[in-house]
Amino acid sequence: MSKFPNSRPMKTFILPTFGVLGFVIGSGYALAKTNYGDRKIGFLEEQIAKVGTGVQQAKLLLPAEAEKRATAAKVAEAESARAAELETQVAQIQERARAVTGRQKKVASAPTPGKKLGLGRTALTEEIAAWDVDVVPGGRGLPDGSGDVATGEEVFADKCASCHGDFAEGADNWPVLAGGFDTLGDADPVKTVGSYWPHLSTAWDYINRSMPFGEAGTLTANETYSIVAYILYSNDLVEDDFELNRDNFADFEMHNKDGFIFDDRPAIEYTRWRTEPCMKNCKAEVKVTMRSVFLVETPADGGTESVMNPASIDDLPTFSADGPSFVPVSAQDMDRQNNAVGAAQVIEETDPDAQLIATGKKIFRKCKSCHAVGEGAKNKAGPHLNNLIGRRMGSIEGFKYSSAFKLASKEERIWSEATLDKFLTEPKVYAKGTKMSFRGLKKEKDRIAIYEYLRQFE
Amino acid sequence: MDYLFKPSRRALLGSGAFAALGIATGGALARDPDPLITELQDWASITGAGVDETPYGLPISFESDVVRRNVEWLTASPISSINFTPIHALDGTITPQGCAFERHHSGAIELRKEDYRLMINGLVDKPLVFSYEDIERFPRENHVYFCECAANTGMEWAGAQLNGVQFTHGMIHNMEYTGVPLRTLLNEAGLGAAGDLKDKWVYVEGADASSNGRSIPMEKALDDVLVAFKANGEALRMEHGYPVRLVVPGWEGNMWVKWIRRIEVIDVAVESREETSKYTDVYEDGTARKWTWVMDAKSVITSPSPQMPISHGNGPLVISGLAWSGHGQIRRVDVSKDGGITWETARLGKQGDTKALTRFYLDTEWDGSPMLLQSRAMDDTGYVQPTKDQLREMRGENAVYHNNCIQTWYVNAEGVAENVEVS
Repeated sequence: MSKFPNSRPMKTFILPTFGVLGFVIGSGYALAKTNYGDRKIGFLEEQIAKVGTGVQQAKLLLPAEAEKRATAAKVAEAESARAAELETQVAQIQERARAVTGRQKKVASAPTPGKKLGLGRTALTEEIAAWDVDVVPGGRGLPDGSGDVATGEEVFADKCASCHGDFAEGADNWPVLAGGFDTLGDADPVKTVGSYWPHLSTAWDYINRSMPFGEAGTLTANETYSIVAYILYSNDLVEDDFELNRDNFADFEMHNKDGFIFDDRPAIEYTRWRTEPCMKNCKAEVKVTMRSVFLVETPADGGTESVMNPASIDDLPTFSADGPSFVPVSAQDMDRQNNAVGAAQVIEETDPDAQLIATGKKIFRKCKSCHAVGEGAKNKAGPHLNNLIGRRMGSIEGFKYSSAFKLASKEERIWSEATLDKFLTEPKVYAKGTKMSFRGLKKEKDRIAIYEYLRQFE
Repeated sequence: MDYLFKPSRRALLGSGAFAALGIATGGALARDPDPLITELQDWASITGAGVDETPYGLPISFESDVVRRNVEWLTASPISSINFTPIHALDGTITPQGCAFERHHSGAIELRKEDYRLMINGLVDKPLVFSYEDIERFPRENHVYFCECAANTGMEWAGAQLNGVQFTHGMIHNMEYTGVPLRTLLNEAGLGAAGDLKDKWVYVEGADASSNGRSIPMEKALDDVLVAFKANGEALRMEHGYPVRLVVPGWEGNMWVKWIRRIEVIDVAVESREETSKYTDVYEDGTARKWTWVMDAKSVITSPSPQMPISHGNGPLVISGLAWSGHGQIRRVDVSKDGGITWETARLGKQGDTKALTRFYLDTEWDGSPMLLQSRAMDDTGYVQPTKDQLREMRGENAVYHNNCIQTWYVNAEGVAENVEVS
């Protein structure tokens, strides 16, 4: 800091000023696109106040020296002048903002090449035929072929029924393909090929390209025709002697062909919901009308468990502008806190040994610079630790042990869970004169973890 | 030193729980010097992990619960299913690829760059096949965009269902995509053969078994759609469409075709399975709205929320959340603590991104009394995020898709939050 005595005041003032100015410009641009008379003025006032606050904060950061204070006062004065100027220059700001936005867009967009770059190669007819198999409403794109209901029933039983049921009624959670007519306006509409799909081409196209699940693209054209014929039959839309082919395809009208309208949100919803929202006293009171059906537990090994929420809305306060009507302290809430939310932080209950080994591996980082372990481990500053447990202390050939371990070797002391634990608790106490400079592991569970980790290398 | 060496491993493991309690009750109440400060800690003394240990890093083990999660009973098979971004635990706006939600219709596939082909055919002057290498030779752009599944919050149409913002709002991610504008590739093939472009479409499909074909009006295709090959600076993850996916800014996630292999210029919408039987919105009288591509303005408080209870007691509280709009920028977010009676305008984080997540904060004080937390986004068209009641009035409860309602969390005096609906 002292190296650059002048740089700090510059940064202190210039950065906040640009920051606030940028915000004003940005906001000004956003407002320019709408016509909020009062809000625009309010907004600017707010921004000017922010510039003022910036100046105040900057003042607080000033160094004590009088000279610097004078400089700061000047800058602060300039800030105030700039703030006042802002108010009278809305139009200019908006103009500049437009220019800035325009420039930014230019920078962000890659140039559209004026000429072709000559990349890629011409797609061959055979290649297009292999991939371009879509079928559009009316049947354009269909290949030659045909299939009848009887054949379709067999193919369906063989390739589709395991998920969709023998009668296209759907197994488990898999899609129901048949029935559901006149349910679309019900509380629980059943949207099937028969009741909902507006075009037959969609069924042919999808089955041909994406079914059967796990064997997509393997159906012949005739098989696809026959499956579609069978689905129509299972929806009672054709008789059992029906045959579907490219020639009669276009004639088939689906039950729900007129059931769709184009997105009309712009006309119906946007016109209503593009309004200035209420900020205060928007409602007299608010009650909870429903609590979450499921509590979702999040186990450590992934996924979720959904549990029915037993809580009732009766336990909860009503809210008004004065706040909640009462502060409930219910055991139920506490239970939920303990059971459901707490589940997110459940301590892992995986195999305790595996966990210990993993912990031990981490702790072993402390030892790694001097001890190697594992396949091909060699002596470093300390002996390698393969086959440690059960081996005689000071017994690794070629390692220069301290007098402490030479003695231990002579006495035929053995590395065991117990001796390792004692050694690691206070190495220099247990083996007086050891060359090992490590201070030891104070925590018993760390020592156990190391033991479990090293035991892996036997 | 001569103690009995007889540890109970389970007991020692259990003691971790007491350590956790220590964290919760420490802090302000502590009178004794904090041993974490006064005693030499291992990490301040011994050395840590070497640079050769983690060639590609995952989050530290302490964050292992911040993962994508699925809700098994929602779908028949995890191969054709969805999981949820842990948005409760993220901040800022960028979603790491590794925890960005996945939606596959036939599973995520492994497709090598060498085996990748992109075909442009149909009403073009010259049908083309590009290799992966070809794609990277076109001028490219970088943009941050949100990708939201049309079914995000879809379970909530019928009422408060799942307790957790990860599950009510986690079918969303926000990444910086690198890619070539689709218009550039279309120009390379030449659109002369398409004639008047006004009523033309591009039909896009993926290389996976579902192919997931969708029709996109030409106007959008020539506007801001990207053929992308990087996300957040690195190659797309397998589950996000490696090596190349489509990015359709502001529009429903199903159109962002992964492993994109074919783009066909065509004179009609194909009316594929994904744009008729699915991703259409059924209204109360049984009629359905189709081609509902844009994701309207929406916001949600991510903390506090059911997975993020207030654990620190009364005093300063940061209420934080996300807002986005498929129409453009977020202009403002308001937050209510009383279920919509009174609103305060939140502070926006980084602003100015279009069709991207915007972070908002309300830096406030909590007095320990229960709250009904809500957030309400406004975008730069002036559109204000509707309440559940407003949406139901217009659409009923069976639309499945495009639920952008205001979400409510009831926070009790203990700071525990729950998904609720209010009057």
